[in-house]
Amino acid sequence: MLELRSVSLTLGNGNGGSKEVLSQIDLTLEEGKFYAVTGPNGGGKTSLAKVIMGIYQPTAGRIYYKGEDITDLSITERSRRGITYAFQQPPRFKGVRVRDLLSIAANNSLNEKDYHCLLHDVGLCPEDYLNREIDSSLSGGEMKRIEIASLLARPAEVFIFDEPEAGVDLWTLRQLVMMIIERHHQRHITTVTITHNERFLSVADEVLLLAEGQIKERGKRDKVWPLIKDDIACQWRQRCGGEASDPDCYR
Amino acid sequence: MTLTAIDKQLLASVADLHEIPIGAYNIRKDGEGVARQSTANIQILPKTDPNQPGIDIIVKPGTKNESVHIPVIITRTGMHDLVYNTFDIGENADVLVVAGCGIHNAGCDSSQHDGIHEILVRRGARLRYVEKHYGEGPGEGQRILNPQTILKIEEGAVAELELVQIKGVDSTRRITRAEIHDRGSLRMVEKLLTHGQQTAESVMEIFLIGKGANAQIIARSVAQDNSRQDFRASLIGQNYCRGHVECDSIIMDQAKIAASPQLRAEHIEAELTHEAAIGKIAGDQLIKLMTLGLTEKEAIDTILNGFLS
Ligand SMILES: Nc1ncnc2c1ncn2[C@@H]1O[C@H](COP(=O)(O)OP(=O)(O)O)[C@@H](O)[C@H]1O
Ligand SMILES: [Mg+2]
Repeated sequence: MLELRSVSLTLGNGNGGSKEVLSQIDLTLEEGKFYAVTGPNGGGKTSLAKVIMGIYQPTAGRIYYKGEDITDLSITERSRRGITYAFQQPPRFKGVRVRDLLSIAANNSLNEKDYHCLLHDVGLCPEDYLNREIDSSLSGGEMKRIEIASLLARPAEVFIFDEPEAGVDLWTLRQLVMMIIERHHQRHITTVTITHNERFLSVADEVLLLAEGQIKERGKRDKVWPLIKDDIACQWRQRCGGEASDPDCYR
Repeated sequence: MTLTAIDKQLLASVADLHEIPIGAYNIRKDGEGVARQSTANIQILPKTDPNQPGIDIIVKPGTKNESVHIPVIITRTGMHDLVYNTFDIGENADVLVVAGCGIHNAGCDSSQHDGIHEILVRRGARLRYVEKHYGEGPGEGQRILNPQTILKIEEGAVAELELVQIKGVDSTRRITRAEIHDRGSLRMVEKLLTHGQQTAESVMEIFLIGKGANAQIIARSVAQDNSRQDFRASLIGQNYCRGHVECDSIIMDQAKIAASPQLRAEHIEAELTHEAAIGKIAGDQLIKLMTLGLTEKEAIDTILNGFLS
């Protein structure tokens, strides 16, 4: 479905220096599978997503989608071929309404009921949000949910979500995670979720551990988990009395 | 009255008029009134002083949910039209006024319209006032619009103004002056887009005179190509009052924008605030829309349309 061959990315750090953010990544993503990408902050997860989407141009290596070399294609062209990406920090737009964004995402194919379902699915009341402007009056958590709704509206084949759980309150978190997993199974799509959430890691067909710009480990959750649990798992669970079996409860 | 295709196009652009409007109206073309209708509650009278061409619009006290359309269109090149319109909105009335000017200049001399509007919103009345400016035509001649709006808002009266200039006006110099009395309220939204070599200047002076007076001024603008904009808005608080002025601009290409909100408090209970921001379109806004399948051009249009909506 999607293949990265020896992809490297070097970015300037703003004061003359530069840093290799991705280092010779070889990766094949198979159609219909659910991937979780995890790893420490600064490990290169967002950069990997941006290279796939065409937001960053790799310094070396090639990217193939359904057999076609897309390395030199623009963001728009990649999007129209079926790749889409939910930002870790979605931008705001003064005067552009939630309705407008969803409509653009769906190539103007939504009816009134579709709008309502999309917002409802991410835990936002359609009455309150459909005509809201996507400006600074929305909280970070609301922005994340609108971002996810806009991706769910999109008729894409490869969905990349960048920490969809971040900034979302615990009450809605579970619903959101379920939604993304459910959508994955309903449609025949390929999902890449950059995440630290245990439920995503558990359901993933494959977990990729990305650190220092390299894929350090890949496999089922149980293989990768021991390597990251000290960074991610809650060390307070015993004290707080939370249930160890509740995978959504984490700091 | 017979209207040409050009007339109709101009009327649709400045007043959303596709047919003869319902309610009171006055249509002015190339310096002369070509159609006029008063209603039982709204009288439109031509001014008698030949040095002050224009109309008086008198709304009876208590008139509710009625509208007045007073579009001006100019289709002759070299035309310089100066008009004085006086509005008297009676006590406790609630009306909509749609003004606006469209210029079609096919020649090489400049066409200019200077509209001077004096508006009195009497005690307890509410006025919604929409003014659109639009220019078009293949000629080399300049399309110039210099509107002046002078408002007096009496006790407990409300005025909501929406001033829009989106296309085709080469040069504009807009002056707005308002006096707001006890518990009176003004909300004004100005939207402006300039492109090419256009210049736009907007000067506002809002006097909060009465106790509990309230003013909210919002200016949103986009400057493209080599255009220039100069925006100056002063709020003068002379009583227990509240005022806020906000200028927000998107700058593109080689354009130049100056925004100077100014506050003057002359009373200890005057509460005045301002915000001004000028910036280009953010890269991640464009990228976001492109990941949803838009081209860069479509993404820019979406952002600008939203910003000026
Ligand atoms: N636009 C950029 N310019 C320069 N350096 C960047 C840029 N984006 C990310 N980086 C750097 O690249 C590294 C990886 O960042 P990122 O991909 O955001 O990691 P992660 O998403 O795993 O936290 C970090 O060291 C970060 O500082
Ligand atoms: Mg990241």
